[in-house]
Amino acid sequence: MRDYVTFLWRVWRLSWQGSVKYYAWMSVLTVLVLIGLHAWARQFVDGLQVTGMTNQVSWGAYIANFTFLVGVAAAAVMLVIPAYIYKKEHMHEVVLFGELMAIAVIVMCLLFVTVDLGRPDRFLHMIPPFGVFNFPGSILSWDVIVLNGYLLINLHIASYLLYSRYRQQQPTKKFYIPFVFLSIVWAVSIHTVTAFLYVGLAGRSYWHHPLVPSRFLASAFVAGPALMVLAFQIIRRTTRYWIGDQPIFTLRMLMTVAMIINMFLLGCELFTEFYYPTQHAAAAHYLYFGLHGHSGLVPWIWTAITLDVIGLVLLASPASRQIAGLNLACVACFVGIWIEKGMGLIIPGFVPTPLGQVVEYLPTLNETLVCLGIWAFGALMYSWMLHVAVPIMNGSLRARPELSPSTL
Amino acid sequence: MHPEPQNEVSPKTIEQVYQPLTRRTFLKGAAASMVGLAGLTAALKPLLELESGAITLDDLLQKHYRELSADDLKRIMAGIADKTEKEHGVRPAVRDLKPLDGVEFGYALNLTRCIGCRKCAHACLKENNQSRDDANDIEMSYIRVLELDKGAINLETSNVYYDPAKVPQKDKFYMPVQCQQCRQSPCTKVCPVQATWQEKDGLVVVDYNWCIGCRYCMAACPYDARRFNYQKPTITKEAINPNQSYLSNRIRPKGVVEKCTFCLHRTRDGKYPACLEVCPTGARVFGNLRDPNSEINYILNNKRVYVLKEEVGTLPRFYYFFDK
Repeated sequence: MRDYVTFLWRVWRLSWQGSVKYYAWMSVLTVLVLIGLHAWARQFVDGLQVTGMTNQVSWGAYIANFTFLVGVAAAAVMLVIPAYIYKKEHMHEVVLFGELMAIAVIVMCLLFVTVDLGRPDRFLHMIPPFGVFNFPGSILSWDVIVLNGYLLINLHIASYLLYSRYRQQQPTKKFYIPFVFLSIVWAVSIHTVTAFLYVGLAGRSYWHHPLVPSRFLASAFVAGPALMVLAFQIIRRTTRYWIGDQPIFTLRMLMTVAMIINMFLLGCELFTEFYYPTQHAAAAHYLYFGLHGHSGLVPWIWTAITLDVIGLVLLASPASRQIAGLNLACVACFVGIWIEKGMGLIIPGFVPTPLGQVVEYLPTLNETLVCLGIWAFGALMYSWMLHVAVPIMNGSLRARPELSPSTL
Repeated sequence: MHPEPQNEVSPKTIEQVYQPLTRRTFLKGAAASMVGLAGLTAALKPLLELESGAITLDDLLQKHYRELSADDLKRIMAGIADKTEKEHGVRPAVRDLKPLDGVEFGYALNLTRCIGCRKCAHACLKENNQSRDDANDIEMSYIRVLELDKGAINLETSNVYYDPAKVPQKDKFYMPVQCQQCRQSPCTKVCPVQATWQEKDGLVVVDYNWCIGCRYCMAACPYDARRFNYQKPTITKEAINPNQSYLSNRIRPKGVVEKCTFCLHRTRDGKYPACLEVCPTGARVFGNLRDPNSEINYILNNKRVYVLKEEVGTLPRFYYFFDK
């Protein structure tokens, strides 16, 4: 117990020690977080009228970002599966960084849901035993369970492994391996349940579609690894923890397969909507070509499709065997899928309305600042976790500094 | 090629972690905390504009409507009346009307007779105290009147913003849509906190003091029947209807969802809904589905009846019918 307090104290001290660059980076993020917090406080006082949402388009940028990020969090399994099931040694070097990313991203998801609430002061109504929990009827109550569960599982695994490493002890398998396997199933569940949020709504034909969960997973397994590839390179450049090319190129292979499946499913969707267009295709028509003279989403979706195609071509060709080509592919896929799942999936679900009205949506400045603040908060958390985790991983921060780091 | 692995963090930083706190680092930390705190205060400054009484401890601790004792509910309704009086200068009579035994409400609308005058949409506003900027602002009305092209019932090409000099237009017909009080209501199924539910008489209601404002019910509704209070409701003193009830037309708080309740503060009191009373063509028929001799049952048994979006499986208690 006393050791643990010492550990926490050392972590705290370390958090405040770093280079000028570290301080500059963390300060910039903190300022962005505070700007976002300010925008949210404004929204809390004035109500959601400060957003671009309406009675007709009643979910917007917050839920769009939430949906996208659940996928990124789920994608931690793309490291866990090769590391623990296929026993790829090189993936063990990085699997912890994937789990830490999942933690930061899940917290972002929870924040995005919270800022979307009209009455955040009543959030306890969602938490048993204080509230009245509509389980199992409401898929949103399932989402509360799976998201918080995923957060706890990953917190447990990551902190247990780090603490063992700090104490220079071999982790006891039974304390974490079962949770690792649980986390695999659980990761799939968070994104599937989030897809079911939309698929379960029979009144919205754009969402009421069995392909949606599969596409969610396929695109998540591109966007998540894309972010990891970029993050791992930053880690190996800015910290003293060596990440080889091998894990990065394993991720490239996984992304390529996932992206091919994603684009195939997109093709299936487009065929169904447009080969023999019914009234149910109105939302897709609005998204891709505009409807009754309204075409607010058209530039967004074609940007997304272009980026997706560029990403796919780069991934599938030798160009991405070079790290520069791979990075370009990652950026293209990440941004493309972010648009596709945000503006491309959430908004058209509301346009046209079930009664046929076309009301367009665009986020306001205040709404955008809240989103930016949450992204900055995620980056802040992940940076801090890496700042503490890297010295533990490479042995420089350890319980008994007098012993050599190699005693493990 | 990348440099070889160097698995060592800057020894200086780590050394400091192991050493006791010095006066210098303590002061540095304190200064940084002050700057951080100042930033946080500045960020949260808008919260100072929060009206006093906007969120009270009582509000936070209040239980779900169905778990409230009669005394609690009485106290809460008195509080609502106080608040309305303080903020709007009108003291309403806030009541809690329970569903009547042996009653299940149904509504039918004659599409042959409806002329699209939107009197129902306006009457709804007057009755139910929705937020509005002026008398012409019917966005929050629970009724949307669709103008449709003759020849089909095609919602996709409908228009709710029609504004001709005179209705009805020759090549159009009109279809008012409001909450269909579904027997299999998607909105109540998806609500994560059971803030909306079906009452014994079939009315789907919202506990405005329990709703968390997630708007999942609005996404679930196939009839666009729900409205959200994106701001604190705006309504003038003169416009307020003081005959109010807890589950229907009392002034709503900011950030919650509301909807048509078939005017339960009227209909559970033996009156007709406001939209029916105002209809100049007598297109609307309201009554008890469980009473075999009711007019609504006569319509269902003798007219050609149409259910909106039957394919969605919601089983509405709202019906459309035709005269000829």
